[in-house]
Amino acid sequence: MKLNRQNRLLIGLCTAAAILIARLFSIQIIKDKYKTDASNNSMVYSIIYPTRGIIHDRNGKILVGNKVAYDLMVTPKEVEEFDTLALAEILEVSPDFIKDKMDEFHRNRRRIGYQSVVMLKQIEPQRFMKFAELAYKFPGFRGQARSIREYPFNAGGNLLGYVSEVNAKYLKDHPDEYRAGDYAGMTGIEAAREKELRGEKGYNIWLRNSRNKIESRYRDGELDKEAVPGNNITTTIDADLQHYGQLLMKNKVGSLVAIEPSTGDILAMVSSPGIDVDMLADFGQHYNDILSNPYKPMFNRAVQAPYPPGSVFKLVNGLIGLQEEVFTPQTMYPCSMGYHFGKSKLGCHAHKSPINFEESIMMSCNAYYCYILRSILENKRFGSIDEAMDTWREYVMSFGFGQKLGSDFPSELGGFIPDSKYYNKYYRKGGWKATTVISLSIGQGEIGCTPLHLANLCATIANRGFYYIPHIIKDSENVAIDPKYKERHYTKVDTVHFPKVINGMYRAVNSGFGSGGTASIAAVKGLDICGKTGTAQNPHGHDHSVFICFAPKDNPRIAVAAYVENGGFGATWAAPIASLLTEMYLNGEIGEDRKALEKRMLEGNLLDRVKTGK
Amino acid sequence: MRDTGGNKGRGFIKTVDWKLVICYLVLVLIGWANIYASVHSSEPASIFDFSCRSGKQFVWIATAFAIAILILFLVNPRVYEGFSLPIYIATIGLLVAVIFLGIEVKGSRSWFGFGPVRFQPAEISKISTSLMLATVMSQLGYRIGRFKDFVVTALIILVPMAIIVLQSETGSALVYVGFIFMLYREGLSGWLIFMMGMAILLFILTLAASPYTAILTLAATTSLCICLYSGRFKKWLMAGIPVIILLAFTPHALTLAAEHFTADGTAEAVQESFFSKINPIYILFAAIAATVPFAVVHAFRERNRFTYLALIAAAAGILLVFSADFIFSNVLQDHQRKRIEVLLGMKEDPAGVGYNVNQSMIAIGSGGLAGKGYLNGTQTTYGFVPEQSTDFIFCTIGEEWGFVGATLTILLYVFMIWRIIKNAEHSRESFTRIYGYCVACCIFMHLFINIGMTVGLMPVIGIPLPFVSYGGSSLWAFTAMLFIFIALDRNERKYF
Repeated sequence: MKLNRQNRLLIGLCTAAAILIARLFSIQIIKDKYKTDASNNSMVYSIIYPTRGIIHDRNGKILVGNKVAYDLMVTPKEVEEFDTLALAEILEVSPDFIKDKMDEFHRNRRRIGYQSVVMLKQIEPQRFMKFAELAYKFPGFRGQARSIREYPFNAGGNLLGYVSEVNAKYLKDHPDEYRAGDYAGMTGIEAAREKELRGEKGYNIWLRNSRNKIESRYRDGELDKEAVPGNNITTTIDADLQHYGQLLMKNKVGSLVAIEPSTGDILAMVSSPGIDVDMLADFGQHYNDILSNPYKPMFNRAVQAPYPPGSVFKLVNGLIGLQEEVFTPQTMYPCSMGYHFGKSKLGCHAHKSPINFEESIMMSCNAYYCYILRSILENKRFGSIDEAMDTWREYVMSFGFGQKLGSDFPSELGGFIPDSKYYNKYYRKGGWKATTVISLSIGQGEIGCTPLHLANLCATIANRGFYYIPHIIKDSENVAIDPKYKERHYTKVDTVHFPKVINGMYRAVNSGFGSGGTASIAAVKGLDICGKTGTAQNPHGHDHSVFICFAPKDNPRIAVAAYVENGGFGATWAAPIASLLTEMYLNGEIGEDRKALEKRMLEGNLLDRVKTGK
Repeated sequence: MRDTGGNKGRGFIKTVDWKLVICYLVLVLIGWANIYASVHSSEPASIFDFSCRSGKQFVWIATAFAIAILILFLVNPRVYEGFSLPIYIATIGLLVAVIFLGIEVKGSRSWFGFGPVRFQPAEISKISTSLMLATVMSQLGYRIGRFKDFVVTALIILVPMAIIVLQSETGSALVYVGFIFMLYREGLSGWLIFMMGMAILLFILTLAASPYTAILTLAATTSLCICLYSGRFKKWLMAGIPVIILLAFTPHALTLAAEHFTADGTAEAVQESFFSKINPIYILFAAIAATVPFAVVHAFRERNRFTYLALIAAAAGILLVFSADFIFSNVLQDHQRKRIEVLLGMKEDPAGVGYNVNQSMIAIGSGGLAGKGYLNGTQTTYGFVPEQSTDFIFCTIGEEWGFVGATLTILLYVFMIWRIIKNAEHSRESFTRIYGYCVACCIFMHLFINIGMTVGLMPVIGIPLPFVSYGGSSLWAFTAMLFIFIALDRNERKYF
């Protein structure tokens, strides 16, 4: 072929065509961008919201269910002139509200186009029915059904947590999972089990034109997706017990935790003051009230408050001492209104002296445990007090203290158990000795544990030496729980040492008034409650009242920890409350002889004693 | 001249180029089907529904066929040569008249309105200009190289072009640039096309990159051309290329030096630095000034006129570079400027000017290899692409028929143009040949600009896709234009 002008032009023609075809090849075959853009462009996904999973208690009662509410949707382009006053009356809102909303939609009309926007959220069915009857008068308005949470029991507000519309931060933290307008669990079980509860959204696909007007179903709904309802969840909570616990803790600040020792199931977990379930349903409305409440109802004391355990902790020190063989249960120690060392003294109350181990538990002698802790820390077996301290800490940690237990409940805190490093830093190395830290013997000082830790200690003792990680979700078909909740965790103290402690706890409750037992008030005929009081010293006001107990003595079914802030002696508030809860759980009712006590507990109000910082 | 009036010689079946006719028919049908698809909604109307564009297009197609038959069988092809001047003058008259009498459509006065029927004289003017060019250039003794002949030819093209620009139909005017390919075929120097391409390139480079880049490109091209012409290609490779590469990195090097040799790294210090004050373009000019004398001396010794001309052209190019900004901001109209900015990626404007192109590319891109199937396009069917049955009809093809369909359509055009050029070359009369090239150029320009626009290669220039786009006046004009050529060609074939 000659390269004459005709052929050059033909080559030019082919080159131009090749450029066009290459460009087509690039945008039609190589690049994916345009295909994705296209599906966003013309398909409208109208979302079908799934119903959230139902939360049951351990006996199948519904703790959290669903009910229908309606969002009033407006398609501004389809709205004709309507009677604002009539609509306001039906919806029980002010006419100005409707006017303002319509003005807002008018301002944003370009962005909205033919789309529908929400005018009013969560209208209850009765109110919506009134609207539905007259809907023909309001073209462009329609209701969209949405399931919202319903709480048949006033039980476990803090446990359950609330569900609300996701905010911008939540969307940022969970990219691709949520879209604006979705609901998600924000706290408690709702948050911890969000993945199971939420279900899967479905959608209908519509085709729209460039003016946002819906034209038809895409492929007659062939590719539409049904919403998948969320999985139901069974909790370990006993709804009645939880409710009763909340009643007992009403107007007190503190926490009440009950665990089934043989499984680690949390039967009840009360943090007081707590959040009423009525508030959960419409959390947004109450949010500011809750935040400004001086008693911080959002703060879940059961798993987040690091309290000094007080005398309850003597049980741990006693067990460690037995394991370390620094004393025997028969060892008698004297107590002369306290433990004297050098010029100092750690005081005690009046009781007989000397006493053995069981009696020391029964009477809650302080001096006895000063001897024990000192023997542990000054044991010649250890090269230094540092080593002794760290060994002691390892024992304590083996009971679950000083760390997160690993419960399935969110936002659990670990508390604090000191080690030698801590004191070396505080006093410099060698600058401290056993007597410096002697208050650890009675659960005071540099020590913090949550009520859940205490309940777990109680369950460990009830089990004679092991615990299951306390948990709140029960294994069920829908929702399998982590196998770690079925493992026994043994402490570093041999199981043979536990019966002595249990005997002491039994005698503390069941020796009768006048015997010196500190917890006689907790005794219930026939239940064989074993318990230990605690009075945590509080430099800021009244002492905290602490009590742990389990029952029955053999094959225990419930282990309880009660912590009442500013309640004074353990026997004053915590012991009655814990024992009432135990009695209610085991007997299903409160005996006649204890009705007066129950009444006193239910009506007691300690809120004034609590310093709120205001 | 031969008498070709009667039906002597070979018969009708054998003389008509059926391949061209079939090609034409296929394109018209593709157009009709896709116009139906592009206005197709979820409540489909019949393709013959006269309230729809597809129904109306059916009427245009039917009348276009009538025009084709009229031209093919009733009009003696001889008359075109004789009547081309009156036709040309009448068209110019219409073009001027429409500015005053026409109705305004989208900001331009280029349409006559007769009730429901609209008609654009610019469409006819392509035919009459082609006929006029063919008549003038086929005259004995015409030489395009001669100044007088060149000026006459240029005027024939530029007069209607200028009037159309005055109608604010820049797009239609741009098509006339295509006649340069015909002129090239008829002996115009190829350098002219080259210089035109260069001018466009410089304009784009100045706007999209920098004047420095544009001038460096110009200098490199000019030096290459001069060296090639005087047989010094090897020298250019050895001396020219290193210098050009060095110069290409100069601005970058200056910035780096300014940052490096400043006492403290503050922005002010960098700005005050000696190196920042050197405008790299001075270095470039120094290099050019140092080279030009050598070229001139060589040219003088070898009596090489090419070098002088090239240097003059290059000087004009430099002028263009420095006036590009002025042209861009002061001569071009607002919407034209925006379209160019969007095309060159200087501005993102997906909701405004960019919207059309963006939507068009989405529609075509979403078609994939085999397309979504006829009437199944989601983008074009639901009105995302504006001007969809007219200027952006190619989107529908791209979306519903995919890469395969779009490519076949382009190849069909290529075949048609190729065939016209081949037939033109075979004709013994230069009138037929020149007219044929004019037709080929027009179709090519429309094809390249229109499809180039839908795939984002060209700025948005509103001209239709020949035979395919919706619209009577465009279809009639292209039908007439093509069939005049088929008739002329048939006239030639009678005796072969």
